[in-house]
Amino acid sequence: MELDPLVLSRMQFAFVVSFHAIFPVFTIGLASYIALLHGLFFKTNNPAWDRLALFWTKVFAVVFGMGVVSGIVMSFQFGTNWSNFSQAASNFLGPVLSYEVVTAFFLEAAFLGVLLFGRGKVPQGVHLFAAIMVAIGTFISSFWILSANSWMHTPAGVELIDYRFHVVSWTEAIFNPSFPYRFAHMAMASFLTGGFVVAGVSAWFLLRGRDPEANRRALSMCLWLLLFLAPAQAVVGDFHGLNTLEHQPAKVAAMEGHWETSGNVPLLLFAIPDQEAQTNRFEIGIPNLASLILTHSTDGVIQGLNEFAPEEQPPVWIVFWAFRVMVGIGLLMIATALIGLLLRRKGKFHQHTGFLKTLVYMIPMPFVAVLAGWIVTESGRAPWLVYGMMAHAEGVTPSLTGPMALFTLVGYVLVYAVVFYAGIYYLTRVVRNGMLPNEERETAGDNFRRPMRPLSATETPFDDDVDPVRN
Amino acid sequence: MEMFDLTIIWAGIIGFGLMMYVLMDGFDLGLGILYPFAPDEDARDVMMNSVAPVWDGNETWLVLAGAGLLGAFPLVYSVFLPALYIGVFLMLAGLIFRGVAFEFRFKSRRNRRWWNRAFCWGSGVAAFAQGAVVGAYIQGFHVENFAFAGGAFDWLTPFSVLTGFGLMAGYALLGATWLILKSEGHIQEWAYRITPLLLALVLGVFGIISIWTPFVNPVVWERWFGHLQLIWVFPALALLSAFMVYRSVKRRDEGIPFVATIGIYVFTYLGLIVSKWPIIVPPNYTLWDAASAPESQLFLLIGVLFVIPIILTYTAWTYWVFRGKVRVGEGYH
Repeated sequence: MELDPLVLSRMQFAFVVSFHAIFPVFTIGLASYIALLHGLFFKTNNPAWDRLALFWTKVFAVVFGMGVVSGIVMSFQFGTNWSNFSQAASNFLGPVLSYEVVTAFFLEAAFLGVLLFGRGKVPQGVHLFAAIMVAIGTFISSFWILSANSWMHTPAGVELIDYRFHVVSWTEAIFNPSFPYRFAHMAMASFLTGGFVVAGVSAWFLLRGRDPEANRRALSMCLWLLLFLAPAQAVVGDFHGLNTLEHQPAKVAAMEGHWETSGNVPLLLFAIPDQEAQTNRFEIGIPNLASLILTHSTDGVIQGLNEFAPEEQPPVWIVFWAFRVMVGIGLLMIATALIGLLLRRKGKFHQHTGFLKTLVYMIPMPFVAVLAGWIVTESGRAPWLVYGMMAHAEGVTPSLTGPMALFTLVGYVLVYAVVFYAGIYYLTRVVRNGMLPNEERETAGDNFRRPMRPLSATETPFDDDVDPVRN
Repeated sequence: MEMFDLTIIWAGIIGFGLMMYVLMDGFDLGLGILYPFAPDEDARDVMMNSVAPVWDGNETWLVLAGAGLLGAFPLVYSVFLPALYIGVFLMLAGLIFRGVAFEFRFKSRRNRRWWNRAFCWGSGVAAFAQGAVVGAYIQGFHVENFAFAGGAFDWLTPFSVLTGFGLMAGYALLGATWLILKSEGHIQEWAYRITPLLLALVLGVFGIISIWTPFVNPVVWERWFGHLQLIWVFPALALLSAFMVYRSVKRRDEGIPFVATIGIYVFTYLGLIVSKWPIIVPPNYTLWDAASAPESQLFLLIGVLFVIPIILTYTAWTYWVFRGKVRVGEGYH
């Protein structure tokens, strides 16, 4: 078998970026939640909010740490595997990605330490301020990353001269056409992710009768949030889709499994796209619905994949099914939030065992939806790296060989497997140890507590043997 | 904009960032390299505790320099990283394992020896890879049409292996003198004992590299044996610093060995820069060839000039908070 460095590089990028993305998508939502908890405690002085804030800050610390570690790898990927692209796009991407680094450092240097270790050491108002600044900082970071990514989908404000992009207008390049939609869609996805994780963990605590007062409040708050966010995300997603239809029609055609340009396009629920035959082998759909959604008219004409040469089409099978996974989970989220409302009217959303268990099982769902969404948009851009201007094959490192790319792909999979197994394992221990009265909590011992480090904000031991220094 | 050459300003910023990285991450990678040779587990606790509050701040400079390169000197970024593909992977894997070991070793008893191994191997591999990068830079790269055109292992030559081990020895020396500063009793005594050995090793390797480099690279030959006599001041000062390390260890000074080791690094670094200036992607491309568009450099400069003072303040504050000796069985509070 021929090892293609291009395919392997794309697989490697997809792997490392997916592994990285699950951490920030959670911390962005969680940071705002922690700021809200601090605000509620500041306003009401109810210690339940403080207990929740303390617990979720510990979780935040671990996830943030893992996000930073996996992010370092990302910053080298552009150079190692996509050097022609880095060289060509550096005038725009260099400063924009660097601004993300600058923001992250500013955030970490100035406010993260106060948030993680300032409890009881700084006035309550200052602590609240730090929490708000960390939340804002996570948004500024994602602002830069999503601007860079959106620019690759809808490049603007640049001129391509001799295989090099030159920035003509920074405003047009940064606020490129798909950026506002992508940013809104992603911000809401972060809130939904944070909301479902907090709801699921609160449900888990409630099932075990742990700190019911605080966790009932947390769950109630989350369910209200999800009730508004989950349907709103569907609306924002629709706007994002319309924007994509305008700028990247091939991607939308692949999402819909729509091969021939026509009106009265059905919304396919199930299909087996066959790229070689340029048709679907089997399909079940709702008549006219895709036309209605995309053109707001039942006989609206939608461009089909037949208008793009086969080598300029994205991989339809992946885009089609990833899109259905994302939307399916989105509908599941809306349903969950509605059931929560029904149970609330009966006054037992926090006691219904079946519902609480469902919430626990929902924890991984938003992560799957986010990754599926990214697969839709990134695979849907293929074969373009910068849409309409630079193909994947033009951006890859010319000196890269198949065996080299395979070596690092396997290497990153192994490194991440070890590191993230340890990380997730530790995170579950932090949660299992959470919201307990002080005397029942395991600790790794005061002697080994060191401030200033994200993970030092937790005192849960890594393995079962309790520290002999203390015993 | 005519008044300032942004390229020179950026060269200064990135040069400064890399120097900060080498010095600061150098001593904590060095402690990782010395880790398996430590006299006992108490010494390992102290070694790790002495850098635990600062190591990730130290690594900040690497990320800042890397991001700055993409923004200001994209050619460096897009030639060095493909040319050093395997080495970059090894360095990142090493840094990741080392970082995770820092976090979990203290929270772990049963699995502690595994985290010890991750710490030591991670540090060693990362240090070797960084040293090999320096060697590869001195050798130069096969570049065609603004892209690396060589093979996967072009960088791995006897020369770059030597610079890899050289930097490992150099980091170990920084680590040992840092430990002199931060420890006491039998641990400090051990650090005093190994420092002259490491110093001899470093001087030996640096000596070989200094003699070898002009033969590897004709430009360097011309620079050192041509008309520019003044540059001999750098190796002279580096040697003087080495002598200071030796003398201060003999006299059992606590702070001077570390400061003098920094001197060795700074003067060697400056010597390397003047050997190559203004070539940044050897053998052919200068800083100006490698630069991004002036408006891009300016746009990024604003943010970086804002954040560097903050990072420096934060760094200084952290080191101030954690000043003083680290004792056995006692972490920071």
